[in-house]
Amino acid sequence: MLNDKDRIFTNLYGWESFTLKAAQKRGDWDNTKAILKKGREWIIDEMKASGLRGRGGAGFPTGLKWSFMPKEVGDKPHYLVINADESEPGTCKDRDILRNDPHKLIEGALIAGFAMGAHAAYIYVRGEFYNESSSLSVAIHEAYDAGLLGKNAAGSGWDFDIIVHRGAGAYICGEETALIESIEGKKGQPRNKPPFPAMAGLYSCPTTVNNVETIAVVPTILRRGGSWFAGLGRDEKNAGTKLFCISGHVVNPCNVEEEMGIPLKDLIEKHCGGVIGGWDNLLAIIPGGSSTPMLPKETCDHIRMDFDSLREVGTGLGTAGVIVMDKSTDIIQAICRLSQFYMHESCGQCTPCREGTGWLWRMMKRMVQGNATVDEIDQLFEITKEIEGQTICALGDAAAWPVQGLIKHFRPEMEKRIMEYRKMAA
Amino acid sequence: MKKPFDLHADYQPESFEFNKTFKKAVKEMIARYPKGKQQSAVMPLLDLTQRQVAEEGAKQHPPYGGWIPRAAMDHIAELLGMHKVKVYEVASFYSMYNTAPVGKYLVQCCTTTPCWLRGSDKIVAATTKHLGIGMGETTEDGKFSLMEVECLGACVNAPMVQINDDYYEDLTPENMMAVLDTLSQDIQATVGSQTGRRASMPSSGPTTMQDRAKKAKVV
Ligand SMILES: Cc1cc2nc3c(=O)[nH]c(=O)nc-3n(C[C@H](O)[C@H](O)[C@H](O)COP(=O)(O)O)c2cc1C
Ligand code: SF4
Ligand code: FES
Repeated sequence: MLNDKDRIFTNLYGWESFTLKAAQKRGDWDNTKAILKKGREWIIDEMKASGLRGRGGAGFPTGLKWSFMPKEVGDKPHYLVINADESEPGTCKDRDILRNDPHKLIEGALIAGFAMGAHAAYIYVRGEFYNESSSLSVAIHEAYDAGLLGKNAAGSGWDFDIIVHRGAGAYICGEETALIESIEGKKGQPRNKPPFPAMAGLYSCPTTVNNVETIAVVPTILRRGGSWFAGLGRDEKNAGTKLFCISGHVVNPCNVEEEMGIPLKDLIEKHCGGVIGGWDNLLAIIPGGSSTPMLPKETCDHIRMDFDSLREVGTGLGTAGVIVMDKSTDIIQAICRLSQFYMHESCGQCTPCREGTGWLWRMMKRMVQGNATVDEIDQLFEITKEIEGQTICALGDAAAWPVQGLIKHFRPEMEKRIMEYRKMAA
Repeated sequence: MKKPFDLHADYQPESFEFNKTFKKAVKEMIARYPKGKQQSAVMPLLDLTQRQVAEEGAKQHPPYGGWIPRAAMDHIAELLGMHKVKVYEVASFYSMYNTAPVGKYLVQCCTTTPCWLRGSDKIVAATTKHLGIGMGETTEDGKFSLMEVECLGACVNAPMVQINDDYYEDLTPENMMAVLDTLSQDIQATVGSQTGRRASMPSSGPTTMQDRAKKAKVV
């Protein structure tokens, strides 16, 4: 278990005020200037050494990502864009940072922005988080008033502005290029890549998009050293601490910061009071937000929660949104509801996604009833394969994976449902 | 799902203007974005429209909630130098922009899997029964509209709903009814967890940071 002394988010639950004075007492904004004075190279090298991988779902190494920005600022300004769209079902961690620890994010934005040559950061907050974006805005105002943002931010000689841009209800705007389109005042539809944002992103300028949690951990990593962060977790590729969101059939659903690589069972038993009805009442767990394929109980017994452990068993850490389902769950309905989600959220510009997500949902609805043939389970699987990898953005994959996970682990359940339906009909 | 955008519906007003307070906010919003990139302000301006309409609607009989008339979209297009259709496109793409009138309190029930596992069906059933309306409908007195929405990013506090700007979490049919009854009298209900837990902390008490919890008098 993570020691309290190694905890980054000490105000996760909002026990103390989110405002500047309280944040400073917790160690935020402590001589930020000294960090910036060490220079860009040092910051990026230290981030690489920390082993931090993006917390937005894909797990791309953060230091490396920053190094893709052009070394020199040309005639186009550089931008940092922070992704606070948080809409992947099962995920609700960035919300706690925005409302309870926003100064970590703001200080992180200044440091990250400086390291990539950006004088401005846009924070894209999902529209429904109205109160959260209000807290964030209050914190940003405080930072301006205290000279921590704006001209000569924190006395560093670097000018830096932060602009909050609120979304308005569209999961797809969490995809980084859709998010950029949305800031530009368009409907949020993902762009074809290349060009990648580091070459042509916001307003066609070099841009890096990072998740809220990724940016918010930066100041602490740099204060305590990349090696401190790298020393936590399973290994150098699965390092540090991570915010987990545990929802569904546990006694006490909650968010908690834990060490990367914590056994899933420990996470649930130590922080959530266990599975409702006990561990043996567990059916399956979706480990990393709704798009990651589920794990059957046997795997949950021993699996560790980190990028590579989960990849080895055919799923992923994703956003670390852990959705727990006990034996009372209609597992087919649980996934069917996710198919409905992805159909609803498809932006519609690629045919396999626009049409395929609808097919998946309609077939899944019949699977819930059992009003299907056993062959159709194979057909359903084939459709997921037609969508996966055939689309502009990863929403297509995200729609395919949960259904694949269901078929892989619960095919007998699906067949049983079909047999029961036939019996009833006869 | 929201109601379709109908350019020619009979509820569309002839014209729209921002009032004095909102005009100031509009100017501030446009100034946030780089020169020549004022189109970026289209989303904030649509949001401001909805808020102004909501303020006005709250005082009417029957009351109504925030929505965006076509005339406002045309006005925004002019302000930002955009084609009207580009504004319509944005307004209809995002689910939070109401392009048709709604009730004073827009109740958005999350029914995605994490909320469903914790009983969102029961919340929906109790709410529809209590208000006497179905999804996408508005009560006769104009007070409540009901909508089913996707995950609102508060899954560890499931089941939950959003009503206007606020989240109501850790719901049971009983405490949900209490929230609705409070709002129906135009009294602000307690937002957030309805069982009194702190944010996303385990409801039986913290499993981490015990010292801090004591200092903050959480335990
Ligand atoms: C459909 C879709 C939705 C996404 N939603 C989010 C989101 O809500 N928040 C987020 O940080 N990343 C989201 N992502 C991932 C982003 O595209 C991007 O990889 C991430 O913000 C990068 O930040 P990181 O490197 O710090 O992880 C989404 C991706 C896809 C394909
Ligand atoms: S995969 Fe789906 S959501 Fe992504 S760009 Fe294509 S249609 Fe849009
Ligand atoms: S599923 Fe309801 S808030 Fe996430």
